[in-house]
Amino acid sequence: MSTVPSSRKPRSVPVTPAEVDLRVQLDDMILRNPILAASGTFASGQEINRFFDVNRLGAVVIKSITMEPRPGLPTPRMAETASGMLNAIGLQNAGVERWLSLDYPWLVHHGVPIIASIAGRTVHEYRQVAEKLRGLEGIVAIEANISSPNAEAGGGLFASHPSTAAEVVSTIMRVATVPVFAKLTPDVTDIVTIAHAAAEAGASGVSVINTVLGMAIDVETRQPKLAAGMGGLSGPAIKPIAIRAVHQIHSVMPDLPIIGMGGAATVEDVVEFMLAGASAVAIGTATFANPMASMEIVEGLPHWLAERGIRHARSLIGGVRI
Amino acid sequence: MSSFVSSKGNGPPFQGRSSGPIRARCEVLQYRKIGKYHSITFVSPEMADRAEPGMFVTIGVEGHSTVLRRPFAIYQVSRHGPWAGTVEIVFDVVGEGTRWLASRVKHDTVDLVGPLGTPFPLPKQNVGCLLVGQGYGAAPLLYLAGVLQQRGFRADMIIGAKDADGIFNAIEAKRLSATTILVTEDGSLGEEGNILDVMDRHLDLGRTGLIYASGPMPLLRDVSGLAASRGVPIRVAVEEAMACGTGVCWTCVMPVERKGAVYNLRSCIEGPVFNGAKVQWDAIGALPVHDIPEPLPEEDEA
Repeated sequence: MSTVPSSRKPRSVPVTPAEVDLRVQLDDMILRNPILAASGTFASGQEINRFFDVNRLGAVVIKSITMEPRPGLPTPRMAETASGMLNAIGLQNAGVERWLSLDYPWLVHHGVPIIASIAGRTVHEYRQVAEKLRGLEGIVAIEANISSPNAEAGGGLFASHPSTAAEVVSTIMRVATVPVFAKLTPDVTDIVTIAHAAAEAGASGVSVINTVLGMAIDVETRQPKLAAGMGGLSGPAIKPIAIRAVHQIHSVMPDLPIIGMGGAATVEDVVEFMLAGASAVAIGTATFANPMASMEIVEGLPHWLAERGIRHARSLIGGVRI
Repeated sequence: MSSFVSSKGNGPPFQGRSSGPIRARCEVLQYRKIGKYHSITFVSPEMADRAEPGMFVTIGVEGHSTVLRRPFAIYQVSRHGPWAGTVEIVFDVVGEGTRWLASRVKHDTVDLVGPLGTPFPLPKQNVGCLLVGQGYGAAPLLYLAGVLQQRGFRADMIIGAKDADGIFNAIEAKRLSATTILVTEDGSLGEEGNILDVMDRHLDLGRTGLIYASGPMPLLRDVSGLAASRGVPIRVAVEEAMACGTGVCWTCVMPVERKGAVYNLRSCIEGPVFNGAKVQWDAIGALPVHDIPEPLPEEDEA
């Protein structure tokens, strides 16, 4: 590192927003910017493309696909809570074959970098889905959803133990042709242990965090507000948990790429996640509140960085001062 | 920001494209009470241009710690006049979000997304239409009645509520329909009784070729059941809790049969208007047992 004489201030070079380099690299995956659409909050991509060109995002993490179609859980599937919401969708999806025939071609045609979120009830199912995605144009990474809090969805257990997390990751690694990110839950004693196991098993990185298991009860009917009883908490309420988890993992494994998520809704939130150690940040529940949320951040981030003389977004990664 | 497109007329800039839903900060042109209900008219030339009866808007409400938008059926649009285009909604105060909304005054700006969802399909043949609404669920039906009237269709209306206070805008209903029957449970306005009995009697007249309904789920279920038993096609606008309103969260699904299979369809993008005879009313809230085996076919039209 070059040293700056203490008597002189560092030279401040004016930077314009257009000069800011938003590109980030996570393992072999290079993204045009660090803003992603989070899995389960962007459907096929076409719904939000009604509002803006979704190919301007760094990538879209698709709603988790499974081998067979899943009808999902009964309604009510959602309950608003203080600064957040609970959901129990149950991974409703039409299955990998239908995704490949209906949604995938649209994303490729529109030049949207795809991070394929995959889920399964068994280790074998993850492998089967991953095999279907081998070598496909436009898919830049796989996100292994091993942490959905909905029991019906399966997979909830995989990210709860280092050995099962490692087993799923190593199985996918055998067939995957792109970087694999393990999506982790904060509902464990030590998320760093799980991240470490995933990395040892060959994961290119981790996605941190999935929703936090929660519950809400209607005090008049005395029934849970969700038909499934419990569900995943998301939104601003969980952001400090997510920042903590990203920071913990990055502190121990600074070279392990992290996709951060959990309540990010603004440019400042994205910066905060990157300072904690995330190389990219997925926008989730914020898209429900504002369909333009992710695009506003893509447009706002270079201004925020330029105003502070920061030329490269990637220079934020892990920059928290402790 | 560049994603803001400048608007025509007096409207504010908006985010979105040249067709489809947009997001805009809309000025409140008017707040008023309609009976016991609240109504707000917003300035948005683009939403007014793009709206059709049955569609809805979502509103970003400010609250203690609310994060989600609130959906509201569109009651009226005006595409002309000094304000170039306005959209009106009707609501009842049911919680923190609607309480905040009810305290908006002229010239406030409010964050709207819309128009969203599917509209009521208009009849393909020249048939008489029956519009059945309960409470402020009648609001989008009055919008529909105006359009039907313009296109030369006969529209009869049945509007029900618990009591006289709950009947939405009876005067406007009478102006826009061939006949209007008001029904209250306590007989404080119009007929004493329930909507179903009145509807059953009206169907005996044999002038109804298509039914439209809007209101609470139990009403839609019962009206759909009656319509099916009388062999009259029915379209309903459902009210299901939604988080996003734009089709991305999958919380507002309804079990609907299409071509022999039942699909969990999103009320916000494949609805809110559904074929009431195809909605699996008894399966709402039950564990779905059907998969999604095929590409989704388009619905048969009446």
